[in-house]
Amino acid sequence: MKKILALAALACACVAHPLALAQEEEPRLEAAPIDPRDLTSLQAGARTFVNYCLNCHSASLMRYSKLEDIGLTEPEIKDNLLFTGEKIGDVMNVAMPRKEAKEWFGAAPPDLSVIGRSRSADWLYTYLRGFYRDPSRPTGWNNVVYPNVAMPHVLWQLQGQQVLERAPAKGAEEKGEARKEEAEPAPAKLKLAVPGRLTPVEYDVIVRDLVNYLVWMSEPEARVRKRVGVVVVFFLGILVVLTYALYKEFWKDVH
Amino acid sequence: MAVIEVDKKPVTGAGPFNGVLTWIDRRFPLVSMWREHAADYWAPKNFNFWYYFGSLALLVLVIQIVTGIFLTMNYKPDAKEAFASVEYIMREVNWGWWIRYMHSTGASFFFICVYLHMFRGLLYGSYRRPRELVWMVGMLIFLSLMAEAFFGYLLPWGQMSYWGAQVIVNLFDAIPVIGPKLAIWIRGDYVVSDATLNRFFAFHVIAVPLVLLGLVVAHLLALHEVGSNNPDGIDIKGRDPKTGHPIDSVAFHPYYTVKDSFGASVFLVIFFVVVFFLPEMGGYFLESNNFIPADPLKTPPHIAPVWYFTPFYSILRATTDNFVYFGLIPGVVLLALAIIVTVPRTAVRVSVAVLAALLLAGFLGFEAKVWGVVLMGVSVLIYFFLPWLDRSPVRSIRYKGPFYKIALALFVVAFFMLGYLGTQPVSTGRTVLAQVCTAVYFLFFAVMPWYSRFDKTQPEPERVTWK
Repeated sequence: MKKILALAALACACVAHPLALAQEEEPRLEAAPIDPRDLTSLQAGARTFVNYCLNCHSASLMRYSKLEDIGLTEPEIKDNLLFTGEKIGDVMNVAMPRKEAKEWFGAAPPDLSVIGRSRSADWLYTYLRGFYRDPSRPTGWNNVVYPNVAMPHVLWQLQGQQVLERAPAKGAEEKGEARKEEAEPAPAKLKLAVPGRLTPVEYDVIVRDLVNYLVWMSEPEARVRKRVGVVVVFFLGILVVLTYALYKEFWKDVH
Repeated sequence: MAVIEVDKKPVTGAGPFNGVLTWIDRRFPLVSMWREHAADYWAPKNFNFWYYFGSLALLVLVIQIVTGIFLTMNYKPDAKEAFASVEYIMREVNWGWWIRYMHSTGASFFFICVYLHMFRGLLYGSYRRPRELVWMVGMLIFLSLMAEAFFGYLLPWGQMSYWGAQVIVNLFDAIPVIGPKLAIWIRGDYVVSDATLNRFFAFHVIAVPLVLLGLVVAHLLALHEVGSNNPDGIDIKGRDPKTGHPIDSVAFHPYYTVKDSFGASVFLVIFFVVVFFLPEMGGYFLESNNFIPADPLKTPPHIAPVWYFTPFYSILRATTDNFVYFGLIPGVVLLALAIIVTVPRTAVRVSVAVLAALLLAGFLGFEAKVWGVVLMGVSVLIYFFLPWLDRSPVRSIRYKGPFYKIALALFVVAFFMLGYLGTQPVSTGRTVLAQVCTAVYFLFFAVMPWYSRFDKTQPEPERVTWK
């Protein structure tokens, strides 16, 4: 029996491995250095979110008052994050009508309440740092992880303007025009053409904090969940010991 | 008023409750039911690891019903509000996230338990005479569970919910003649919509659970009528002359109640590790796409059902024109010939020949999509015939020969491969692989009457092996 299971597992592993490698190539995502326990980072991210994102994107499942969970007080939220007469118990809605937004941008900006769960942190981190100038797009912007995205680069004043540089493939010129298409396209690289208000390192920190916040906002109860989990699993461990002792006590008479 | 004159002994041994229990027992078969299903239900003492999953499946059923009741208190079955109401539960209902994660994790664990429970049946021949009905009622439970999971998966109203339901309901479209009308009748609309959500909600919270509970009771009643099988697959014969109880057996209560309590505790540790630390299970229990609200105008590039349906979904996708021509047609011809050559009865021969001829005409007459749906249906329903397909003189794999062991190993590999392939986008290589696995899957059942009979089995022991 055990042999069969081992054999089955081995066969699965053998066949599955090459398949996993053969998957479609996705743009490489950079690991987002986020930390959900870093309250300072979450608060900074909340500020960036309210200042930059919350003009077009709503977070209609998120109440301002929930920000108290990341260490902000009610007066702090009221004074710094509420601009247009919302109450602290309100959800983060935007005034922009979805129908008109669709006309303006080609797509209505999605609600960001659970964006950290539909897109991974790494995706968001790479995306927000992956805008580049593209004159062929109506907004003048394009993105490396989301090609032809409808959203313009909202943080461009902070980051500056990047351009996508495709280094010419080696030897392509020598072999002439006809061969040019056959030559493998070299990996494209983003280059900062016009610097913004922040240095690249400072900009990465801003984006890190923002992504940290977006991930937190997608599941504000995640920290509570893990804390409760430790306690529950600990006590269930005790239950395992007790029920095992009970089981052995009864069964010692069975011969 | 008639005086209750029952020839029953008063209840003893319950201390201060003797009086009230006696009162109840005079009016309700309390003691006899307790005896029949617990204290005096004798089960073989050699149950092993695989025998935990029946009681665990029952535990998950209870978890699903209780958490489901609380979810229903805040969920809104309305296409405009469903998605937000789920997030409302996750964020604003006290402990709502906990209840919801238990329910979503419970769905996957239900299938894990049921698949392992069914595999136990395959290992030890638990479906063999006289337990055919236990097995078949169990298969009905499995079918109901699939329906329950399918209806429930639409309720969060995310992109995967929506498009998964769209794909599955569209399968009915493939049925000749009545298909398109049938699909509209199921949806209540031309696409999956608010009407569909409402009816799926009704099915999920009341219709299917009622059926499920009834079937679980029938499953247990049938089991207790014929008695439990055991890893040796042999019948318990004879009674202990001293006690009068069946030999090699223990009373279900307290022996298996304490053993199953231990199993349940271990299970709960694993279950709650997932609930609290890995509720998405890497996208297998909760898919990232389902955190995008359903959008009827935007088809996701890659639609895959939840993991527990993927083996059957793979079979559906593997059924291409080529598979019909080079797999199904030769398969049916060879199988029909094998039956006609080996079965002496004329009636069987004639009916097999007619059935094969009809199938061959059908393979050429209808497109492959139809046969994909048929094969997917057959891949689930074929388990019903297992009690009659297995012709081995022994029940348990412990005494079966190499043919069965190899066949079962190949079947398990094929099942896992189909499951994996069902989560992946289609490619030529993967389709061929899925076709090979589909062939293995069906051959396991189709050739079983022969390989199980001609296998070189070992003699069964007289008494169960124990320690």
